[in-house]
Amino acid sequence: MNRRRLLHLALKITLPVLMGYLAIGIAFGLMLEAVGYNALWALFMSVTIFAGSGQFMGVELLASGVSFAEVAMVTLLINFRHLVYGLSMLEKFRGMGKRKPYMIFSLTDETYALLSGEVGLAPGPDRNRLYFMIAVLDQLYWITGSVIGSAAGALLTFDTTGVEFAMTALFLVLAIEQWKTYPTHLPALLGAGCTLAALLLFGADNMLLPALCVIVLVLLALRTRLEGAASRAPEAAQEQERAAAGEMDNPGGGL
Amino acid sequence: MTLTTTQAIISILIMAGVTFLTRALPFLLFDRGSGPPKIVLYLGKWLPPAVIAMLVVYCLRTVNPLVGSRGIPELLAICAVIALHLWKRNNLLSIFGGTILYMILVQAVFI
Repeated sequence: MNRRRLLHLALKITLPVLMGYLAIGIAFGLMLEAVGYNALWALFMSVTIFAGSGQFMGVELLASGVSFAEVAMVTLLINFRHLVYGLSMLEKFRGMGKRKPYMIFSLTDETYALLSGEVGLAPGPDRNRLYFMIAVLDQLYWITGSVIGSAAGALLTFDTTGVEFAMTALFLVLAIEQWKTYPTHLPALLGAGCTLAALLLFGADNMLLPALCVIVLVLLALRTRLEGAASRAPEAAQEQERAAAGEMDNPGGGL
Repeated sequence: MTLTTTQAIISILIMAGVTFLTRALPFLLFDRGSGPPKIVLYLGKWLPPAVIAMLVVYCLRTVNPLVGSRGIPELLAICAVIALHLWKRNNLLSIFGGTILYMILVQAVFI
């Protein structure tokens, strides 16, 4: 297939992500601008990090000025789900050659959702080139959205107070989706409960690390019980695989 | 800005490095051989809902139910997001509907 036709196909496949990334990217840019970082910073973050919820969280981390260790820890746990994505892409990325490092770098929720679906090509060089185009287009949409957002934030005369609620809403939507698909709500309740306890005990500035540690420890302690819950609900288990892997129904929205 | 420019650049590079690491780890560890250990799969499966719930609470950490608007705008906007999402299940609609309502509430109603 020639380059033009492949690009045409890639544009068609990535259309839902275009809408989602422009919208969420703009919200991210506005938030970043609101805490004092201009469009150049938005560009820098979207080029080097390229992660939806990771970058939203990054705004918080930059604004509150936490330690480098906490930045690393929080980023690690927010992106932990990417481990699952990588596992299911091992096969598909074989044979990507020198494009492979970029494919791995750009494996966001949305790109993962598109690549795990059917793209209409058999495995081979054409499909590899199409995958690469999808990944590059997705990142270009994201960069465009975030730069537009922060530039607009600097130029707009209207009051952007409250725009930071977009991040709360984003996580809330992800939480609702997971609430619906997981066979037990225990992890979600545990996450909320531990964080609330950490907030009361350690205060708003120091709550994340203790909350994260306790969550991981309690999850490990509950291993037998949760694996039991998953096996008792075989139908739900399938759904929950999907939930763990991202929002595939909605490639434009979940980050 | 609370951070110096250098600190901000280092923070962003740490985020970039760690994000890339989480995406690359499966390829580094399991591209050949017998597949990942069970404990990794277990955490990969059950950690996401706990972390997302944590982030929701974290986003609301500065809300104080005793002073100011007492968290009422947040509560209303959260209800709006949940209602919109249960109704239409459209991520963008839920996120922007809730955010616009919140902006109106904090800018015009609960001043």
